[in-house]
Amino acid sequence: MAEKKQFHKGKMVPVPSVSIIPERDLDKTPILECSHLGIDFGGLTAVNEFNITVGRTEIAGLIGPNGAGKTTVFNLLTKVYQPTRGTILLDGLDTHGKTPAQVNRMGIARTFQNIRLFNNLSVEDNVKIGLHNQEKYSMFSGILRLPKYWRQEKAAHERALELLSIFDMQDLAGHQAGSLPYGAQRRLEIVRALATNPSLLLLDEPAAGMNPSETAELMENIVKIRDTFQIAVMLIEHDMSLVMGICEGICVLNFGQIIAKGTAEEIQSDPTVIEAYLGKQQ
Amino acid sequence: MSFLNNAITGVSLGSIYAIIALGYTMVYGIAKMLNFAHGDVIMVGAYVCFLAMGSLGLPPLAGVLLAVVVCTALGIAIERLAYKPLRSAPSLAVLITAIGVSYLLQNSAQLLWGADTKTFTPIVGTDQESRLWLVPGQLSISYVAILSVVCCVVVMIALALFTGRTKMGKAMRACSEDKGAAQLMGIDVNTTISVTFAIGSALAAIAGVLMCSAYPVLSPTTGSLPGIRAFTAAVFGGIGSIPGALLGGILLGVIETFAKAYISTDLSDAVVFAVLIIVLLVRPAGLMGKYVPEKV
Repeated sequence: MAEKKQFHKGKMVPVPSVSIIPERDLDKTPILECSHLGIDFGGLTAVNEFNITVGRTEIAGLIGPNGAGKTTVFNLLTKVYQPTRGTILLDGLDTHGKTPAQVNRMGIARTFQNIRLFNNLSVEDNVKIGLHNQEKYSMFSGILRLPKYWRQEKAAHERALELLSIFDMQDLAGHQAGSLPYGAQRRLEIVRALATNPSLLLLDEPAAGMNPSETAELMENIVKIRDTFQIAVMLIEHDMSLVMGICEGICVLNFGQIIAKGTAEEIQSDPTVIEAYLGKQQ
Repeated sequence: MSFLNNAITGVSLGSIYAIIALGYTMVYGIAKMLNFAHGDVIMVGAYVCFLAMGSLGLPPLAGVLLAVVVCTALGIAIERLAYKPLRSAPSLAVLITAIGVSYLLQNSAQLLWGADTKTFTPIVGTDQESRLWLVPGQLSISYVAILSVVCCVVVMIALALFTGRTKMGKAMRACSEDKGAAQLMGIDVNTTISVTFAIGSALAAIAGVLMCSAYPVLSPTTGSLPGIRAFTAAVFGGIGSIPGALLGGILLGVIETFAKAYISTDLSDAVVFAVLIIVLLVRPAGLMGKYVPEKV
């Protein structure tokens, strides 16, 4: 994608900020660059001066106390909220004024803190919703069931099963999504997001409600997804073993402001982070 | 024999209600709004077919196709102009707008085509000779009734295949469950809603032609009462549910016909709505609807 960078008139030109983990992808442009990103709800500034850069195959962590604005950042990135200030560049392209569906087509997919699967649809159909924009047939050929429809639907079926097999879920394809156990629903959400063919996968508390062995398995799978699909992953998580274990770069948010950025070791010894989590030392 | 004759009339009338109810139920399922202008789209469809056959001298099939095309375009236009700007408005505002659109269509029809009642030429013959006699002299089915039931069955099967097996159908089901999540999976919710209105309005055109073939009077308010009854049918079957619309439509048609035949012609609507009230007392979400308690 060597398209020219587009900036909107009157919008701030992004300032190159320090990449969380710069070594890996120095030869390429980063997949995500946020500069001076912020949003106000009425008089409340929920997120302010959010500057980060995520490399193409980086696993980045976003942590912070409750109410710090982590999910708001995800909502800004996916355009559920339109930012009040700042720019988001995805692969060098400005996402200003795009709808959530358009941003998804540009390459950002996400999961949700509270699982939001299509509960009445089958597991396979949930994945096929993710494949929606990759199935190329008109409504006309869908109604008349032209050969193109059958070819595309067969391809989508195979692709859906292939994606489900990442988590060994291909046998569950015919089940209703709402009937799956909790852990499987979380995994299905990741598969559905992957089906949209993203270049940046946002995971909102993927390990919430999981036991330590499930979390360990999830960690392996996140790394496996990054390695197989060669995509960037950004995750919000409260489970520090997961964050410190797999995130190459971590960003700590408190009261909507970034208070620290760096590797796991740097974050763990940062006095402002300790203060945000544990309070000031007497 | 009169019982069977009434049952046949009831089922064929019910089929027409079911086709109309589909429009209500699909729009409600996806856009979460009650499109009270739906009944008037039926009337427009009937007028277009009437004029195409009468003034333009087109054959019945061409008239029906023209009505479908015009109503589809009308449905999309209504959605774009009247409902889309209110996507995030409270549902009461959308409801009032829908009633406004309904009056707009009625009065525009009156302005364009006059307030006088017209006699619709049935698209298939309805005189005594063109009936299918099951028991000579006693039990018969009119061709319009056969056509209505066939249309209803075909529409149902086509819709079931469409919503179950095609990507647009799946997108529609996803939108009806969680628009936000669907959008974040790359589905264009506006297009999906437009498609829903297009399908609903195309069905309204078919229903309009069938209804006016069965009961050949046409005036600008032709659509309003069947519209209300079909809405009742949709609620009866469980609004948002496609099989529910079929069941509700057929049941409503049968109840209405029997009430007319055995109780009183004047009281038939009262009977229909009394049954609706009883059903809703027992099953608040309708016959096939799922009752979802609100999370607190």
